[in-house]
Amino acid sequence: MKLSDRLFGLIATIGALAYGAGALGIQTSFMSDPVGSKTFPLMIATVAFLCGIVMMLKPDDEPEWPVARSIGALIICAAVLVGYAYALKPGGFLVPTALASGILSFQISGKPKLAVITGVSLSVGLFVLFKFVLGLSLFGLPRWLMG
Amino acid sequence: MEIINNLYLGFSVALSPYTLMLAVIGCFIGTIVGALPGLGPSNGVAILIPITFTMGLDATASLVLLTAVYYGAMYGGRISSILLNIPGDEPAMMTTLDGYPMAKNGRAGDALVISGVASFVGALLATLALAIVAPSLARVAYLFGPAEYFALYLLAFCTLGGVASKNQAKAAFASCVGLGIAMIGVDHTTGMTRYTGGNLHLMDGIDFLVAIVGLFAVSEVFFFIESHGKDSSLGVKLGKVTIPWKDIFHTRWTMLRSSIVGFLAGVLPGAGASLGSFLTYMMEKSIAGKREEFGTGVAKGVAAPEAGNNAAAGGALVPMLTLGVPGSGTTAVLLAVLMTLNITPGPTLFADRPDVVWGLIASLIIANFVLLFMNVPMIKVFVRILQVPPAILLPGVTMVSFVGIYSLTGSYFDLLLMTVFGIVGYVFRKLDIPTVPVILGILLGANMENNLRRAMVLSDGDWTYLFSSGIAITLWVAAIAGFLAPFFVRNFLKKPSRPSDAQ
Repeated sequence: MKLSDRLFGLIATIGALAYGAGALGIQTSFMSDPVGSKTFPLMIATVAFLCGIVMMLKPDDEPEWPVARSIGALIICAAVLVGYAYALKPGGFLVPTALASGILSFQISGKPKLAVITGVSLSVGLFVLFKFVLGLSLFGLPRWLMG
Repeated sequence: MEIINNLYLGFSVALSPYTLMLAVIGCFIGTIVGALPGLGPSNGVAILIPITFTMGLDATASLVLLTAVYYGAMYGGRISSILLNIPGDEPAMMTTLDGYPMAKNGRAGDALVISGVASFVGALLATLALAIVAPSLARVAYLFGPAEYFALYLLAFCTLGGVASKNQAKAAFASCVGLGIAMIGVDHTTGMTRYTGGNLHLMDGIDFLVAIVGLFAVSEVFFFIESHGKDSSLGVKLGKVTIPWKDIFHTRWTMLRSSIVGFLAGVLPGAGASLGSFLTYMMEKSIAGKREEFGTGVAKGVAAPEAGNNAAAGGALVPMLTLGVPGSGTTAVLLAVLMTLNITPGPTLFADRPDVVWGLIASLIIANFVLLFMNVPMIKVFVRILQVPPAILLPGVTMVSFVGIYSLTGSYFDLLLMTVFGIVGYVFRKLDIPTVPVILGILLGANMENNLRRAMVLSDGDWTYLFSSGIAITLWVAAIAGFLAPFFVRNFLKKPSRPSDAQ
């Protein structure tokens, strides 16, 4: 059936329509030029729309999607990265980095001991590298702890 | 004799002990990054950009550092191709065809040295050619008006989507995604916001660095998690490394020919290093005919693609510096470097900032000699680094990417966006949708639209103005031809598959 490409083509087509509709809703002002701020986005939407149609009609072979267990690991990792993004500022560098890199390491190798060592040593090592060698401004611990 | 003067200026900038030190550090880091399986020049440079800027280096220094990383990664890419049968990136793929069999035949050391010398020849000749060609092309570029630039951008997207990809619809869609993202933020002509959805974080648009690091580096992490780092064990042993003078002498014409073809492939906007290594390998294969069995581990099969892709790396700098149009994923990343440094590539760069241009060219020449030294006598050091398990390496890469972006923008929103780009990059690559056009779209989108609008202002809304000059018409024809060519020549351009371990 070559479902992946057809499905993605459909999403692309709908996305292009939405983008085009968004373009029509762009506010214009009195200071305008012959092209205006809608034309170029509309051109993009048109090309993307056509590409989506072609992808639906002429799909490539099905890619090898990962097995369920790998998908689980991928979702965990994505969640960890999102969590890391939120935690980095309030939590300081050391703790969130150790946790995030430890979990990522565990997802790759499946060895808990290696993961713990990786997490801790990456966190400390990178902190020293960034803070003291490269001179970036980073806070090691949460700011409320540092007073 | 202008070129001598220019090079003199360049070396006077690049030969200061500080810049020299940066070049050496850059070469070293670059070779490591290139050698690590799955990490190529684009991700390497992408990860290092934010860190370089937060370190507060000036324009010339950061440019020297990052281009040294770029050249270093091009050299280093061959190490994992030869020893692990895993190309660090697309251009290094052709090197696996003869490099890996050669390593399996017990000649890993020879393969590494031959490819190192070939890289040196290709990159050095290309850098010299860059020094000669770029100023004259910069003079031509003065003739370019908005209509010509619009057509030129189109040409870059079309060749990228046509010659350099497998499925035009997917490549064109990827370009649209990039261009579409570039539209987000304040429209500078009218002062109104577009596609921000009222989100203040999106007012300034999406930072291309966030997109680049997400699409190139974070998506790579997802790939490794999927494979659980399985296929990166060192399959071959590296014994004592000696210099195979005979093979190097034997491949001298191959290296020379491949350097020229590679350089030309690199100069084409949108084509880049993958095309360079592919063309040179196929050329040498057909010149050698059946006498030498390409694919079984012959020296020429290692020398050709390496000379080709390194020459293309130099060639790709020509359109990037003179016109501001990158020829490959990595030059797109280098364009991002220039844009972040507030340097606008283009003909005026040669007139206004000769110190930057010639300092860059001189440091590339220096980097080449440093790299030759690092990659032949010191090759064992890099081979050892390959043995770092992915379970340590990949988390490290991720954290460096995050901290880099975070220290540059200080915003959690950018980190979230980067993760989203990582997921998008993973899905795109699974579906065989190239991610380089997305980057190119984000980088060039605003310029492309501005040139279109300026052209229409000049002509008062007359669309035929876009086709009104000889240069513009030539570019349009080339763009259409580049996009459609694969329909006719695809059968000739079928890529050979990577050697399997089963043989």
